[in-house]
Amino acid sequence: MSDAAGLGDVAAADMGVTPGLGAGGGPGAARPGRETFRLFVRNKAAVVGVLMLAGVVFMTVAGPSLYDQDPKDIVARPLIGPGELTEARLGTDYLGRDVLAGVINGGATSLTVAAMAAAMVLVIGIGIGAVAGYYGGWADGALMRFTEFFQVLPALLFAMVVVALFEPSMWTISFAIGVVAWPGIARITRAEFLRLKNLEFVRAARAVGATDWRIIRKVVFPNALPPLIVSATLIMGTAILFEAGLAFLGLGDPNTTSWGLMIGLNRGNFLTAWWSVTFPGLAIFFTVLSFSLIGDGLQDAYNPKLRGR
Amino acid sequence: MLRSITARIAQALGLILAVMCLNFLLIHLTPGDPATVIVGESGAGDPELLEEIRAQYGLDRPFVVQLVTYVGRVATGDLGDSYFFNQSVTSLISARLWPTVLLVGTALTFAVAAGTMVGVATARRPESPLSHGATVLALVGFSMPVFWTGIMLVILFASTWKLLPVQGWHDVSYGEGVLANVLDVGEHLVLPALTLGLIYLAQYSRLSRASMLEVLESDYVRTARAKGLGERRVVYKHALRNAVIPVVTVIGLQFGALLSGALLVETVFNWPGLGRLAFDSILRRDTSVLLGVLMVSSVMVIVANLLTDLLYTIIDPRIRLRERSNV
Repeated sequence: MSDAAGLGDVAAADMGVTPGLGAGGGPGAARPGRETFRLFVRNKAAVVGVLMLAGVVFMTVAGPSLYDQDPKDIVARPLIGPGELTEARLGTDYLGRDVLAGVINGGATSLTVAAMAAAMVLVIGIGIGAVAGYYGGWADGALMRFTEFFQVLPALLFAMVVVALFEPSMWTISFAIGVVAWPGIARITRAEFLRLKNLEFVRAARAVGATDWRIIRKVVFPNALPPLIVSATLIMGTAILFEAGLAFLGLGDPNTTSWGLMIGLNRGNFLTAWWSVTFPGLAIFFTVLSFSLIGDGLQDAYNPKLRGR
Repeated sequence: MLRSITARIAQALGLILAVMCLNFLLIHLTPGDPATVIVGESGAGDPELLEEIRAQYGLDRPFVVQLVTYVGRVATGDLGDSYFFNQSVTSLISARLWPTVLLVGTALTFAVAAGTMVGVATARRPESPLSHGATVLALVGFSMPVFWTGIMLVILFASTWKLLPVQGWHDVSYGEGVLANVLDVGEHLVLPALTLGLIYLAQYSRLSRASMLEVLESDYVRTARAKGLGERRVVYKHALRNAVIPVVTVIGLQFGALLSGALLVETVFNWPGLGRLAFDSILRRDTSVLLGVLMVSSVMVIVANLLTDLLYTIIDPRIRLRERSNV
């Protein structure tokens, strides 16, 4: 939802997600998971998002075997429009490669990189946010200054520098996205930990002698989950936009086909061959949209009072 | 008050120092000889030049000395030289700075003004078709890759309908004189600014809608209504002022993302700003320029954040700077 250019908007998660989501989810609430699930599946937009994502995943996983065409092969003359050829239904690009094959095969890179980046974002963000929020004091001060620093770096530019200085591979790209996109998660985690750490059930755990590590993991963290799940979904969308942006600039892994790279390579011909950039772009759009819809649906389901805001 | 402003400025300076150190670290973490990284591929073939760079940056001295030397140089505005252009990075960047500022400023003004208007209109009638339409548009706007949006707009407005120029920021065919120049640049600015602004329009409309809905439920708005003020006056005079506060916060927080977006938009439209410069520097392996752009952009974000914080206290005198920085 409310992320901007989507480009590594480090604050994304910060804004869209309301702290204290699912406040009723603490011990004693009656089956909060089931109620959340019921609200989620009754939300039409969210269900559309799930179906859309399922479609994209199906296309990415099963597509290459159903439509057996190497996206790197030259199949016909360049820049033939969609519908004119049976061997390339969505037309050919500037080299004569099949656009449909590119769209089908391009998702694997985007989704893998996004998932790796999101995982990294969650590990760094939750780690830093939890320590800052739980311990407070100088640790909080120092870690928040550190977070602030990453929040002022223009994310895409920093990722560009990282990828340009090191070799562009799936790993460096995921690393570059992960390293710029975590501050939002850190701030949400911190806010949740600050809110939860002095509540009665946490004090009770402390009173019976649980260690800090155990309290963080078993008592506070599970209750901080709802807003984190929402942000993780949104982070996936951001990461996909990021990967696409880097690939568009030619900073993707040159050996793989990706949607962003297809648009970047065909940039010189888009006025004569709209199909070569439009279809890969639509693929990115629907993938990100599916994550946005799911994220919004989860947000509403965890906190029905905020619906439509 | 004055103390908190001073503290905030000191914090901003600290952040700038941190960015300098990061730049330095990047040069050193890169595989290979730091001197080669500084001169880029075009200069690396010249052993004399490399020797000179080593002496200039003190690369043969201890790490800490190197760091201090580097920070000292950058602090005095010396970002090194581009060996591709045979020109100082500072002069290259200052030539490219204004197009970016113009683009980002226009897009931001458009997004904030239009976004707030849409947000207020939809908050007054939350169940209207316009309101639902705005929600859908916000989702769509967020999910489109900005460079693709730009290309789609060019295909529509510049190619199919031939209303606006495709790219660049100047036409040779335009006449002389200041007015002709302004019109020329203005015409070229429409599509890039629209592309960049649309995403934020979506976002700000959603944000101001949410905050307006909340403000409209507050006690003081009920009081204003109860004493018989017209709805228009209640909304625009009383409620709006409080409703824009979250929008202002987000402008600061989002400035980095806005710059990132501008970078892609500039590449699509061949807009001669910092983003285009960064993109070209990557192709040319002109690392000192790339790092210089990173440095200058980060400083812009830090300054934008500082300004937002100051603007905050003007809009809402209740907010004390010091409190805010701890939130």
